[in-house]
Amino acid sequence: MRFVDEYRDPAAARGLVTRITELAGDDSFKFMEVCGGHTHTIYRHGIEHVLPRSVELVHGPGCPVCVIPMGRVDDAIALAETPGTIFTSFGDMMRVPGGRGTLLEAKARGADVRFVYSPLDALRIASENPSREVVFFAVGFETTAPSTAVTLLKARADGVRNFSVFSNHVTIVPPIKAILESPDLRLDGFLGPGHVSTVIGNHPYRFVSERYGKPLVTTGFEPLDILQAIVMLLVQIRQGRCEIENQYTRIVRDEGNPRALRMLAEVFELRPHFEWRGLGFISQSALKLRPEFAPWDAELRYAVPNVRVADPKACQCGEVLKGVIRPWECKVFGTACTPETPIGTCMVSSEGACAAYYNFGRLHREAAVTLGRASA
Amino acid sequence: MTAVCLGIPGQIVEMVAGDDQLARVEVTGVRRTINIGLLEDEGIDVGDWVLIHVGFAMSKIDAEEAASALSALRMMGQGYDDELEALLASRIEERERLG
Repeated sequence: MRFVDEYRDPAAARGLVTRITELAGDDSFKFMEVCGGHTHTIYRHGIEHVLPRSVELVHGPGCPVCVIPMGRVDDAIALAETPGTIFTSFGDMMRVPGGRGTLLEAKARGADVRFVYSPLDALRIASENPSREVVFFAVGFETTAPSTAVTLLKARADGVRNFSVFSNHVTIVPPIKAILESPDLRLDGFLGPGHVSTVIGNHPYRFVSERYGKPLVTTGFEPLDILQAIVMLLVQIRQGRCEIENQYTRIVRDEGNPRALRMLAEVFELRPHFEWRGLGFISQSALKLRPEFAPWDAELRYAVPNVRVADPKACQCGEVLKGVIRPWECKVFGTACTPETPIGTCMVSSEGACAAYYNFGRLHREAAVTLGRASA
Repeated sequence: MTAVCLGIPGQIVEMVAGDDQLARVEVTGVRRTINIGLLEDEGIDVGDWVLIHVGFAMSKIDAEEAASALSALRMMGQGYDDELEALLASRIEERERLG
């Protein structure tokens, strides 16, 4: 493919790695990639292997499946097991373990749990089953939340009353702030998320540079995008600048998608606080339905148990999500916890750091050769 | 498994008459209906490439970006197969066909 070669060109990658090495010099830098999609690219292409030792990438909390706490999975299972209910979910969430097992296990016990590709599919199931109550398990950052908003607006417009949403939508800025406030980690900058930023734009990240003095570069998903963004971060640091920059200009605009933001604001409001796996409770970090949408709010229509469940002792997803440890440093990584039998969320989603490393870690060296370091 | 943040590139082949939020897209040779409401201000038209996420057009992209996104997805192997299968199983259809 002619086009693609442009983003994977080994000579271009070598050039960027040389530039990174020169810019880093004898100092060492630690950058966090916030987005799970970036984590996936980094492992898939062995980017950690081509970077000089002076530049370390740590993985952040931007995998929406990974950050859902166990208690919310149990709540979902309770909703799914309510008689007469059809519970709909993205495939990723089906295998996430709560304190009472997974949605897949609830389905095996007889609950009507259906996997859907889109919230609109869930709404359609409601239209087709007027005598049943249909609940949609909404997860995701600002990338996914507008889709739920449009679906709720459509449910209201079409008068679909047997449909409700169990909202677990989260927002990207508060966890970045929580990580900046965390004493565990010293970071020199961020690779900003790509798809989330198509919705929210680049302005919401200003506090990262203005209040915390760290640069952030919004980045695309190709290996060369990641390398280019690292160059941009280092150039800023070397020039004594600290700004929010956009490497992914071919998709992300500074103002984001104003229409999607308007729809989000029409349907959702911020929760006072929400629990994140590994990060604990973060204020104003998640979205709930506005009072106008109460008839479609599963949390108001059902008696949701809302019980907090502590993570299993052996699981270190929290530390992985904060970038404090690497996936393979977790005690159960690859032994008790594998993609087939995950203990923690980071092993479930393909965007989770543990699953990405488990699946692609062994390919690192091969991929690194492709990107050109071996011949550099 | 549908990965929550994945986007699949597709090309708009037809605007759905009677519902300005829906369009038909072609994804790797197969046609499906998606919602384009989030990109209404962008003036989406037949021939445009879009990145599709959970049944919604999320971004207008160019042919180059589409090719690169598709190739990145193909490298995911099973993840890509699952995502595509999920999209193809999706039944977001025109209002008239809802009956």
